[in-house]
Amino acid sequence: MKAINLIKIAWKALLRNKTRAFLTMLGIIIGVASVIAMLAIGEGSKSSIKTQISSMGSNMIFVQPGSDNRGGVRQDRSSSQTLTLEDLDILREKSTLLSDISPQVNGNGQAIYAANNWPTSIYGVSPEYLVIRKLEIADGVMFTEKDVQRAAKVAVIGQTIVENVFPDTDPIGKTIRLDKMPLRVVGVLEEKGENSFGQDQDDLILSPYTTVQKRILAITHLQSITASALSEEVSEDAVEEMTQILRDSHELSANEEDDFNVRSQQELLSTMSSTSDMLTVLLVAIASISLLVGGIGIMNIMYVSVTERTREIGLRMAVGGRGLDILVQFLIESILISFTGGVIGVALGLGSTFFVSDYMKWPTLVTPESIILSFAVCVVTGVFFGWYPARKAAKLDPIVALRFE
Amino acid sequence: MNYPIIKIQDLKREFRMGNETVRALKGISFEVQQGEFVTIMGTSGSGKSTLLNVLGCLDQPTDGTFEIDQVSVKERSKNDLAAIRNQKIGFIFQSYNLLPRTTALENVELPLMYNGEVSQKERRARAVKALEMVGLSDRLHHTPSQLSGGQQQRVAIARALVNEPVVILADEATGNLDTRTSYEVMSLFQDLNDQGKTIIFVTHEPDIAAFSKRTITLKDGHIVGDNPVPKIANARKMLAMLPVEAD
Repeated sequence: MKAINLIKIAWKALLRNKTRAFLTMLGIIIGVASVIAMLAIGEGSKSSIKTQISSMGSNMIFVQPGSDNRGGVRQDRSSSQTLTLEDLDILREKSTLLSDISPQVNGNGQAIYAANNWPTSIYGVSPEYLVIRKLEIADGVMFTEKDVQRAAKVAVIGQTIVENVFPDTDPIGKTIRLDKMPLRVVGVLEEKGENSFGQDQDDLILSPYTTVQKRILAITHLQSITASALSEEVSEDAVEEMTQILRDSHELSANEEDDFNVRSQQELLSTMSSTSDMLTVLLVAIASISLLVGGIGIMNIMYVSVTERTREIGLRMAVGGRGLDILVQFLIESILISFTGGVIGVALGLGSTFFVSDYMKWPTLVTPESIILSFAVCVVTGVFFGWYPARKAAKLDPIVALRFE
Repeated sequence: MNYPIIKIQDLKREFRMGNETVRALKGISFEVQQGEFVTIMGTSGSGKSTLLNVLGCLDQPTDGTFEIDQVSVKERSKNDLAAIRNQKIGFIFQSYNLLPRTTALENVELPLMYNGEVSQKERRARAVKALEMVGLSDRLHHTPSQLSGGQQQRVAIARALVNEPVVILADEATGNLDTRTSYEVMSLFQDLNDQGKTIIFVTHEPDIAAFSKRTITLKDGHIVGDNPVPKIANARKMLAMLPVEAD
C-alpha cells in the first residue's frame, strides 16, 4: 500500500463530508488563529514597552540617594543628602564604562509669561542630559557648560510649556518666570510625547543645575545622577563600577549598606518585560485551551465517523485493506483536518493580527516561532486525538462490520 | 490445465458463545473447478453465511483444510488474509456496499488502491474496462445516488472484477432487486461465467439457483445436496419473456 494512495483515500473520504470536515476544522482554526494572534499581541506589547523604555534614554543608569543613617535612625530618602557634586566629579574621573553623566536637581513651580501660567517641573542638569535622555533641540540652542559655571538664568523648555505659556509667541529670547525667578528661554525641545507610564515628557524646563541649586532650591547636594553606559552590554558592569566608586568615595566599610541606589534602564526593562511575559503566557494558555477543545472536537467527529462508516471499513477490509491501512487512513484524515485547519488558522491569525494593529492600533509582533509552534501543536493534536478512533476502526472485524446496520 | 480453484476438505467452524460451542460447519468437503458457476443454497442457520465468510477469507476454519487457487488458508495472519482477499477474491454484497458520494469509477478503483503494484494509470484503465464489461461505460462519473439499484449492483460487480480474482463470491446479490433487475444481473453473471469467470453465488432463492450450473445445499452445517443443475435457465431469454412494464 503506497502512502500516496492512503493520503488520496483519506482526502476523498473527507471531501465526501465537506461541511462536517469544515466544522471540525473550525475548532482547530480558531485555536491556532487565537494562539497566533495572542502571541502577536503579547510580543507586540513587550516590544513596544521595550521601545518606549529605550526611547527614554540611551542605556541610562540612575543614581539616587539611598537610606541615610543618622545614628541608627533611617532617614527619608528625599531628605537625604548623600549625593554630592564631589560624587559627580569622582564618577566623571574614575568610571570607564560611561559615555555621559549629568547631575539632577528638581524643583516645581508656576511658569509664567505675560498673562499665561502653567504648573511645571524644573530640572537642573548639565548639557550632557540631552544626549542621555535622547532629547533634541527643536529651536534655539542648549545652554552651555559656561552657563553652568556662571549659574546663568537660562532655560530650555518643553513643548507643553510652549503650548500653554507661549500660545502665540516665539519663546526664544523671551524671559519666562518660574515663580519669582526670571529665566531667559534659549531653546525649545523637540516633542517626545508620553512615556510608558503615561507621564508627559514635554512638561519640563531644563536649566543649569547650578542655577536650580543656588537660585531656586538653595541646596548644595544633588538629588540624583543620570548617566549613559557606553553600550547596552556593559550597562550592568557600569552599575557595578559606579557602585564601587561611590562606596569608596563615601568611605563605606564592607559591612555598611549603600547610602545610594544605582539602577539601570535594563533593570526597568526586564521588570516591565516580565509583566508582559506573564500576560503573554496567560493569553496563550487561554488560546491553547481552545486548541485543546478543537482537538477534542476532532476526536468526537472521528469517533462518529468510524461508527457511521463501519460498513465502509468492512468493505475496505473485504477488498484487501489491512488493519494498518485503515488505521493510517483515519489517522491521515484527522491529521488532514488539523493540518488544513492549521493552515487556515495561521492565515486567520495573521489576518486578525493585522486587523488589531491596523484598526485598533495595538502594537503586535508576529514571530516565526509562534507560527511554527502553533502549527506543530495542531498536527500533534491531529495524531493524538485521531489515534484512538483510528485504532477502533482498525480493530473492527470485517464480518461484523460488513453486516453492521 | 485445470486445477480446483476452491478445495475444501472436512471443513469445520465452531464458535464459542460463553460456555457453549456452536458448531456452524460440521465437516464439509467440496471442490470448485475453474469456470464453474456454483450456487450455495440453504435456509438461515444452515451455515451458508459462515461458509461464505471462510470462502471469502474473512474467517478461518477451526479444523479441516481450505485451499484457494492452490494457496492454503490456515493459520494465516490478518494481513496475509487481506492480501489474499485483495488479489484472489471479488466480493459482491446484497446491499452493494458502494461508497456514497463517490463516483462509479472511484468505487471500482477501490480494491486496486490497496494493491501497491498497480500504478494510478493502470488502476484507472482497469476500472474503466471493468465498468465496460458490466455495460456502464456511460456512467463512469455517476455517484451511487444517481444510479438505479441494478446499476449500483453492476458497479459492485465491476468492483469485484477489477482485481481479476480467481473467484467471484456473491452474497444474495439479487436480494435487493426486483425480478426484472435480478434477471438482468443474472444474465450478466452468466455472461461473465461464459467468459471463464468462476462464480460462487450464495442465495436462498431456488429460481436464482436455476441460472447456475451446480447447486450445493447446506443444512445444519452439513452438505445435503451437491448436484449439477439439470436444466440451466437462460436469464436473457427469461428477461425477454417478462411482460413489459408500463412505466
